[in-house]
Amino acid sequence: MNAWTIALYAIVLREAMRFLQNRGRFLSALVRPLVWLVIFAAGFRAALGLSITPPYQTYITYEVYIVPGLCAMIQLFNGMQSSLSLVYDQEMGSMRLLLTSPRPRWWLLFCKLMAGVAVSLLQVYAFLGIAALMGIRMPAMGYVYVLPALVLSGLMLGALGLLISSTIRQLENFAGVMNFVIFPMFFLSTALYPLWKMAEASRLLRDICAVNPFTHAVELIRFALYAQFNGWALLWVGTGAVAFFLLALLGYDPARGLMRRKG
Amino acid sequence: MTRTTALCVSNVSLSYGAKRALDDVSFALDRGRFCALLGPNGAGKSTLFSLLTRLLVTREGRIEVAGFDLARNPRAALARIGVVFQQPTLDLDTSVMRNMRYFAALHGMAGRDATARIDAALERLNMRERADEKVRALNGGHRRRMEIARALIHAPEVLLLDEPTVGLDTAARRSITAHVHDLAAEGLTVLWATHLVDEIEPSDDVVVLNRGRVLKQASAAEIAGEGDLIDAFIEMTGGNDEAAA
Ligand SMILES: Nc1ncnc2c1ncn2[C@@H]1O[C@H](COP(=O)(O)OP(=O)(O)O)[C@@H](O)[C@H]1O
Ligand SMILES: [Mg+2]
Repeated sequence: MNAWTIALYAIVLREAMRFLQNRGRFLSALVRPLVWLVIFAAGFRAALGLSITPPYQTYITYEVYIVPGLCAMIQLFNGMQSSLSLVYDQEMGSMRLLLTSPRPRWWLLFCKLMAGVAVSLLQVYAFLGIAALMGIRMPAMGYVYVLPALVLSGLMLGALGLLISSTIRQLENFAGVMNFVIFPMFFLSTALYPLWKMAEASRLLRDICAVNPFTHAVELIRFALYAQFNGWALLWVGTGAVAFFLLALLGYDPARGLMRRKG
Repeated sequence: MTRTTALCVSNVSLSYGAKRALDDVSFALDRGRFCALLGPNGAGKSTLFSLLTRLLVTREGRIEVAGFDLARNPRAALARIGVVFQQPTLDLDTSVMRNMRYFAALHGMAGRDATARIDAALERLNMRERADEKVRALNGGHRRRMEIARALIHAPEVLLLDEPTVGLDTAARRSITAHVHDLAAEGLTVLWATHLVDEIEPSDDVVVLNRGRVLKQASAAEIAGEGDLIDAFIEMTGGNDEAAA
């Protein structure tokens, strides 16, 4: 290993260990999507008419439909949580330690992102495992194909979190982020309803969903879970990941951004 | 600049919005010297540390570490700096060793090489027998010593410490102050930010910082003159702790 990969490995390992050691965080990360699975599946089942759309080849039940969206939601929350821990200052010290090490800043921030992705992978696979125990199973290859999809969507959502942490000045504003970023991103996506269902409600709603990067993360995961490839979603998520990451880099530029405000 | 200059700060200024936190700061540190950056709260000490570690950058002025320009060659400069920040940066629920290993990895070191360096660094701070303890179980003084040891793993030429004794009891303060003076005696260049005069020995260099300006750089003995360092310091700064407006 060279100096760069040694750093990457250590940063990822540290984050994963911190997550596994924190039982409360682990449990809540697991319980949240499960609760949603049960509640939404019970509450919305009637609302979703039946229709066969790719990647599905048969009629599916609502709880099968929302599993990919909940996987993406886990990653969305995870990205926001790591950005919250930066805003809260819990992780600011370790960020300082990270940024003063003699590697390019983009690499250090990328390592930080990958660490968040690793943690989100642990959560998503645990969730998929429990869902399987509850009878919601994917094709076996789907569990393999979904890995690269999750890495990419995790990078995009993590980079969004990093971007937010670099622009938010105070904690109070974080509630605003929840209201104006996370919830709209989640609800105005294909996580809970397919696009055709949205179109029935409103054209505008459908169009918003179609340009929401989160929608494409959900679809990338959905197709991968059925061992299928969705190039359009891949393009969107890849572009989103790069764009958010570049903007986050600007935010962490020592000449401006976060560090100037937080000493 | 001569070869023996380990840290050189020239004409550095920085503003937070309208507030001038550092105003045309210049000073130089010779290799192997213990230099106290003495200033009341709000003088700009931590701001200067952020600039020295490139958490902040400014267009006004120049910083050189061991001959490397921080703006032009940041990685070479950073590799020669060890830093202990004002706020502790520790993972409390893991062992001292794990904390040390993590830091070594950030600097690209792993395996046996890292272990040897960590052992040596802990040994220098008399912390070796605590390597396997959880950081949470350590008292404040030992935690700080661990942070100092950690800052030495990559064998830096310049050690920066920002108010390292804040919150420690008298015995721990004494011990840490003595330890770091020893490090300087062994050849390390030390910049020690403080507002506490009693941490400074007569032979130390002192840079007096007040309201973002350097008022004086001289040896502690020189600044004290006939009287006490503390009187000279209070007279220079007008006794205004919380100089911040
Ligand atoms: N992030 C910041 N934004 C705005 N002002 C700041 C910030 N950090 C410090 N300051 C101000 O700059 C001055 C110097 O602060 P600081 O460098 O922390 O001093 P010291 O470490 O000597 O106590 C103070 O007046 C402080 O209020
Ligand atoms: Mg300070």
